[in-house]
Amino acid sequence: MSEELRYTKEHEWLVPVGDGVWRIGVSDYAQEQLGDIVAVELPATDAAVTAGQACAVLESVKSASDIYAPIAGTIVKVNDQLEDSPEKVNESPTSEGWLFEIKAEGEVDLKEFMDLATYQSGLDA
Amino acid sequence: MPERPYYRDRHIGPDAAELQRMLEAVDGGASLEEFIERAVPASILAPAPELPAPLSEQEALDELERYASENGAHKPLLGLGFYGSVMPVPIRRLLLENPSWYTAYTPYQAEISQGRLELLLCFQTMVADLCGLDMANASLLDEASAAAEAMIMLWRVAPDAKRAAFLVDADTHPQNIEVLRTRAAPCGIELCICADAADFQKHADQAFGALLSYPCSSGRIVDWRELIAELRERKVPTVACTDLLALMLLESPGALGAAVAVGSAQRFGLPLGAGGPHAGFIACEKAYMRKMPGRIVGIAPDSEGRMAFRLSLQTREQHIRRDRATSNICTAQSLPAMIAAAYAIYHGPAGLRGIAERVHTTTRGLAEALTAAGCKLVHQDYFDTLCLEHSESQRLADQAAEAGFDLRCADGRLYLSCDETVSEVEAACLAEACGGKWTGPAADSPGPHAALARTAAPLQHKVFNGNTSEHAFMRLLRRLAAKDIALDRSMIPLGSCTMKLNAATAMQSLASARWNEQHPFAPPARLAGMNALAAELGEFLTRLTGFDAVSFQPNAGSQGEYAGLLAIRGWHKQQGENDRCVCLIPESAHGTNAASAAMVGMEVQNVVVDAEGGVDLDDLRAKIDAAGARLAAMMVTYPSTCGIYNESLGTACELVHKAGGLVYMDGANLNALVGVALPGKLGPDIMHINLHKTFCIPHGGGGPGAGPVVCTDQLRPFLPGHWTAADGRTDGGISAAPLGSGMLLAISWAYIRMMGAAGLRAATGTAVLAANYMQRQLEQQYRLAFTSASGWCAHEFVLDLSEFKDSAGVTVEDVAKRLIDMGFHAPTVSFPQANCLMIEPTESEGVAELDRFCAALLQIRAEIEKVEQGEWPRDDNPLVNAPHPAADLLDGPARSYTAAEAAYPLAWIKEDKYWPPVSRIDQVKGDRSPQLVLAPDMEPGSGSG
Repeated sequence: MSEELRYTKEHEWLVPVGDGVWRIGVSDYAQEQLGDIVAVELPATDAAVTAGQACAVLESVKSASDIYAPIAGTIVKVNDQLEDSPEKVNESPTSEGWLFEIKAEGEVDLKEFMDLATYQSGLDA
Repeated sequence: MPERPYYRDRHIGPDAAELQRMLEAVDGGASLEEFIERAVPASILAPAPELPAPLSEQEALDELERYASENGAHKPLLGLGFYGSVMPVPIRRLLLENPSWYTAYTPYQAEISQGRLELLLCFQTMVADLCGLDMANASLLDEASAAAEAMIMLWRVAPDAKRAAFLVDADTHPQNIEVLRTRAAPCGIELCICADAADFQKHADQAFGALLSYPCSSGRIVDWRELIAELRERKVPTVACTDLLALMLLESPGALGAAVAVGSAQRFGLPLGAGGPHAGFIACEKAYMRKMPGRIVGIAPDSEGRMAFRLSLQTREQHIRRDRATSNICTAQSLPAMIAAAYAIYHGPAGLRGIAERVHTTTRGLAEALTAAGCKLVHQDYFDTLCLEHSESQRLADQAAEAGFDLRCADGRLYLSCDETVSEVEAACLAEACGGKWTGPAADSPGPHAALARTAAPLQHKVFNGNTSEHAFMRLLRRLAAKDIALDRSMIPLGSCTMKLNAATAMQSLASARWNEQHPFAPPARLAGMNALAAELGEFLTRLTGFDAVSFQPNAGSQGEYAGLLAIRGWHKQQGENDRCVCLIPESAHGTNAASAAMVGMEVQNVVVDAEGGVDLDDLRAKIDAAGARLAAMMVTYPSTCGIYNESLGTACELVHKAGGLVYMDGANLNALVGVALPGKLGPDIMHINLHKTFCIPHGGGGPGAGPVVCTDQLRPFLPGHWTAADGRTDGGISAAPLGSGMLLAISWAYIRMMGAAGLRAATGTAVLAANYMQRQLEQQYRLAFTSASGWCAHEFVLDLSEFKDSAGVTVEDVAKRLIDMGFHAPTVSFPQANCLMIEPTESEGVAELDRFCAALLQIRAEIEKVEQGEWPRDDNPLVNAPHPAADLLDGPARSYTAAEAAYPLAWIKEDKYWPPVSRIDQVKGDRSPQLVLAPDMEPGSGSG
């Protein structure tokens, strides 16, 4: 993917994939903190989501963590592969382990998000 | 030999000399009474309440016998989900009466629980197979609550939130409908009772699920296939409420198209017991796997690739998901479930089929005899229950009662349910009493339903075939039991779980027919002794807690919480305050609290806790202000979940009351209060009591439990009712039976009756002393997670092990698993705080055992130090590799330490070594691809799979 990933304070990333659609996943830091992911609960396609709404769950053996929609819109696609291979979230959080895609409702203001360097400096603080 | 007339000297571990040693070690004063006055805050201390003088063990048995003789000796053929059954004697001797099984804890520590996990997996396999569905859980509390859990599960996954109706077949047991009604209301679910297929079709588009009875309550067997298919087409998945014995002859619910099946395994060898304990079950299609309530055993490899068993998919459950859990269920019915599985193993599929056929042909024989006597058979397709019309049905029932049989008369009809205990002689006697002539069991029975004969051969798995000889059966149970750690090996110092003595004498009543052959809905005269004992136990419990009223209906602590919060909600509603729905819960509370609050439709708000684990008063004030007129309740645990008699309880209750809320107290820590304080006088309005913790009902490897609620007079009218109640409330039932699990009450009664008030006070004092005694030894080497202002802990204390993660790469889990190598069950891990161990010794352990456990933890501390010093590598030492099965030490990978260092770290371990059957189990693999039933060729107990 040529576009740069943008990060949220909730340790998610998003990237435009064309046609107003954004792909969403979790950061490498997040997957490491969560430990081995054993199951992923993804939203239904066509579901409408608001920014900040919990819409997916990553489960490890001992925790279940909410994933929030970073932008408002409609879920247009989910990563079906995670049903059988949840470990992809650990192995490849920013590519093959993506979670779902949202067709944005209106313009996405990139200033709300961080680039990798800013995100990482926030982690070290 | 000094005579020991009083049970208290057997129940309380330390003798007088040991108590003195313990008192000296903690500087606790000259006597236990002096210690109690020091350790228990004066603000809560109360004199021991008045109770009858203690009985000796023999006197208690005599008194129980007297109560039992007041119960009836009629054979109950009343049906409604409760049927006579025969517990095979080998099961009674090898399982029910064997402390290796009944004193075990819930199998969270999988490596020392392989035996009970295997048997529970047999239960899951049996239920799933008979129901024709992909998977089942390891039991629910009873059939009625299982039906409610199924309804809630379908409601949670419903794709369309606008569908709020749950359709229920009108011909369903009344207690099931009642519990469905109770559970539906707070969720906004509309229960829609459907009389026929047209009714179902009419409401299908508003429904998220449907429940059909199969067989029906009236005995009728309906071919539901068309209706189920249509409902599925219209996005309404079906729950079949079913009967495992009938399924030996009938097509499975799964084959009929049902997505879920629920029921009770009671008639697989479990006594009626006036309602329980019985194993409720739920089976379902795989699609619901991660939404299912309750504990589920799964197969997973250990670190060396051996097949092992563990509790899987725990993120569904209340201890992790809290208010978003799939259910509040915690304690279930493990021992009853294991007995039911053993019953199937003992009989095998051919034997079970034989029993089912005999029940059916006897029923058919009775149908022939009674129709000849003028009865009209209402339903032609039935398994074991006849619905008869007769102009004088009550007279027939009276005649049957005179002959010793209880039949049911309702709506002018006569109902009769047969079971495996009904012999031909009895059937003949019954037929004659009703004016008929017995001509023998029906010879050429077409089976219960001509179009619904079972096609798939049931229970073809190895374990259900080949263990029917008594030797094979005995050795199988012995092999399984030997894999586990229970109280018959060593102390189980689980914080918040109170693993005290389960005395043999107190359990003796379980073997008495006059106790355990009572139907929960029998005429009151049959239950006179049972009800009198329950009333007396209720009186004891209210005196011991300072409350006014009691309900025995809740079958577990979580159910007690649910009943208590419903009572609070009911009270607010009566005051016209329907908007009171905020429930304040300390962040260190048991997960069940939040899950129960969610189930009654309350909104959970967490409250910060102070250094003693009590609610932080400033935060509480802020949360009360924020909730305003929406405040419904606060839930507190006392002593706090940090094991401290915290100071803030009284003020916190006052603040909540002033703001119009009520206080629920979680009784999990009651073992620090019995006989020394009265929680009912300290502020709380309602509380549950875990009879299986504080009052000696054994844990049974994860149930049965009993969680009666006690409350003030103000809340009495809102306690659960029951449809059979002669006076008082008939709605709001939360369990199938009015006394919950009636049979269990005698255990707690016997404990209280044999201890007496002074004995109970001494027990509490000793439990608190033992905790302080251990804390003194361990605080030299471990950091305490919490300390009280007074310096004393209550009945438990918490060690913080988080520092060792950095210093040695050792986690609290490594320490828990290393204890296995020393023959101990770990304390509670990571509750109420991560990386901690919560230790509760109880009063029943002598000094030698307390010292042994402390020595084990001190040895572990020394081992951690070796890693810290670099003597052992961080990734190869006895802690991170624990536990160590013998096979791995004889023939395993090379290690940086010797086999002796691994297996015999302390000298006395050689004397009685517990060898773990498996090494550390791979949790991740187990949850990524869960295997929740046995494959037909797997063989439990063989170790090879």
